[in-house]
Amino acid sequence: MFMLEKAIVGSRRYWSWVIFLLLLMSVGLVCYLRQLNYGLGITGMSRDVSWGIYIAQFTFFVGVAASAVMVVLPYYLHDVKQFSQITILGEFLAISAVTMCMLFIFVDMGQPARVLNVLLYPTLHSMMFWDMISLSGYLLLNALISVVMLHSESTGVPAPHWIKPIIILSIPWAVSIHTVTAFLYNGLPARSIWFTALLAPRFLASAFASGPALLILLCMILRRFTTFDAGHEAIRKLGVIVTYAMTVNIFFLLLELFTVFYSGVPEEVESFDYLLMGLHGNRHLAPVMWGSVLLGVVALVALLVPRFRRNERVLALASVFVFMSLWLEKGMGLIVAGFVPSPLGSITQYSPTAPEWAIVMGVWATGALMITVFYRIAVSVREAS
Amino acid sequence: MKITRKQFLQIAGASAVAAGAGKLVTAVGQTEPSGTASSGAKTRWGMVIDFQKCRKDEGCSDCLNACRLAHNIPQIPDRAHEVKWIWKEPYDRVFPFEQTDYTRQAFDSHILPILCNHCGTPACVKVCPTQATWKREDGVVMMDWHRCIGCRYCMAACPYGSRSFNWIDPRPYISHINPDFPTREKGVVEKCNFCEERLAVGKPPACVEACPNKALLFGNLEDENSNVRQALRARMCVCRQPELGTSPSVFYLM
Repeated sequence: MFMLEKAIVGSRRYWSWVIFLLLLMSVGLVCYLRQLNYGLGITGMSRDVSWGIYIAQFTFFVGVAASAVMVVLPYYLHDVKQFSQITILGEFLAISAVTMCMLFIFVDMGQPARVLNVLLYPTLHSMMFWDMISLSGYLLLNALISVVMLHSESTGVPAPHWIKPIIILSIPWAVSIHTVTAFLYNGLPARSIWFTALLAPRFLASAFASGPALLILLCMILRRFTTFDAGHEAIRKLGVIVTYAMTVNIFFLLLELFTVFYSGVPEEVESFDYLLMGLHGNRHLAPVMWGSVLLGVVALVALLVPRFRRNERVLALASVFVFMSLWLEKGMGLIVAGFVPSPLGSITQYSPTAPEWAIVMGVWATGALMITVFYRIAVSVREAS
Repeated sequence: MKITRKQFLQIAGASAVAAGAGKLVTAVGQTEPSGTASSGAKTRWGMVIDFQKCRKDEGCSDCLNACRLAHNIPQIPDRAHEVKWIWKEPYDRVFPFEQTDYTRQAFDSHILPILCNHCGTPACVKVCPTQATWKREDGVVMMDWHRCIGCRYCMAACPYGSRSFNWIDPRPYISHINPDFPTREKGVVEKCNFCEERLAVGKPPACVEACPNKALLFGNLEDENSNVRQALRARMCVCRQPELGTSPSVFYLM
């Protein structure tokens, strides 16, 4: 069943990695139990900055999950043969990332035992309800697709015909999860930095850069440590996708900055000022954002010059930079800046506490363990056939 | 009667679909929050805060204290974890985007009480994923502390910063427990309830009753002859960020 037996066979290195991840997960769990006991006051969040790194990381990983579409779409709609080996990797990445999203939401709840109230009292005018629906639907779609595809690969029997429409459905569904996640924020007129119709397109562009960047790195890791090789062509094609998406992402950001700073409406300007320049001498997020900008620009230059991009070492480094740049922007800056200044004009510093970081690490480790186990299964299926 | 496995599964499936559909229809029916200014409801509770009367004695905190004692509001020293229902803020923070350099000079040091605006179209009610916050027929925006999952979406949505989250167990920080009103637990959001427990027995909110200068007026906004409507007719009044379309029920007489 699910070929899980293949995941418990592996080298010493494989097992050390798995045990390392389990260790991180246990530390995260212990800290979560402390949070459960003490309350969310254990985190750096406050009355003014009431969402922090949990929700920001959730937002970022929704993007990673959605980005699976960047390998699925070219392969199934445009018949890009080079991706035949890696669509399954994209789908497994999506499953792991969606699970991480759900965990990030869960650890953010003040009353986690009541979380099913969202289903018990379905509230159609709340975007959070729709986010739950779209994320769990996406998880189910990808779980079904990857199990069926992997099974067909391991038995050598062609995949059943009914899976094709489901794969096609997963493409718009991927777009929907990140659109609805943007709607969570940009339906709130009180938070001017999010209150822009460009938020969903920006989310999608940054997702289609960060996700494939991660996939490039994962393919390279697999090639280094296993017998699995995605092929130079596939990696090169992913590099082109990252380049386009990153360019569009930076373009969108510049559009946003023009509108805000040229119009000069104080309410609009303040949040961006806080994010980039600091407000009244408070520059908590400025290093985060300038770090993001610097990494992003360096990565973009490396990606845009074909000679650099074709060099796999440069591509690997650029992918790391893209991922880190967007992680800082979306996984921290953009969400926190929505709360500064507060509706009453307070500027409150937010920085995650040690237990909060440990819980975040625990969720990452859970995602990494899922990817490890899934890829281990995929690799052994390939080895056997 | 014998039921085959197939029949059992069919019946179970059909029941599940029927139950789900019922829920869905009910939910769609409840989507529209009712009771805006023109909805024809008989009562819409509102408050008018007279800036001139209130500023006569700016050291006074009688309204705040009355509320705190009535509603078991904890006094948490850490600013990050504060729980506030009605509190005082400087004029230019209450109306941050209606300021000019000159009004700031004139009014900067003055403080005003602020509280939940009990909006006609509350942003918090729209976003709450469990209907743990909802709007009553009489305009009071309510909270169910037993249904709230603590997602704090309402806090992100409220343009007035009127909502507080219980980041820690509030009970150790309540100096004097009022046995007639519930205390809250960690992990839920709370805010001013317009003293719905007092309205139910025909009394005005505790803050209104406590004000020595009679600076707070409370009444029915739907009744043309009510004290609040008379006050709103007599003098220039403002409410906080009306441009967002939330239609607050708390007004400030200038």
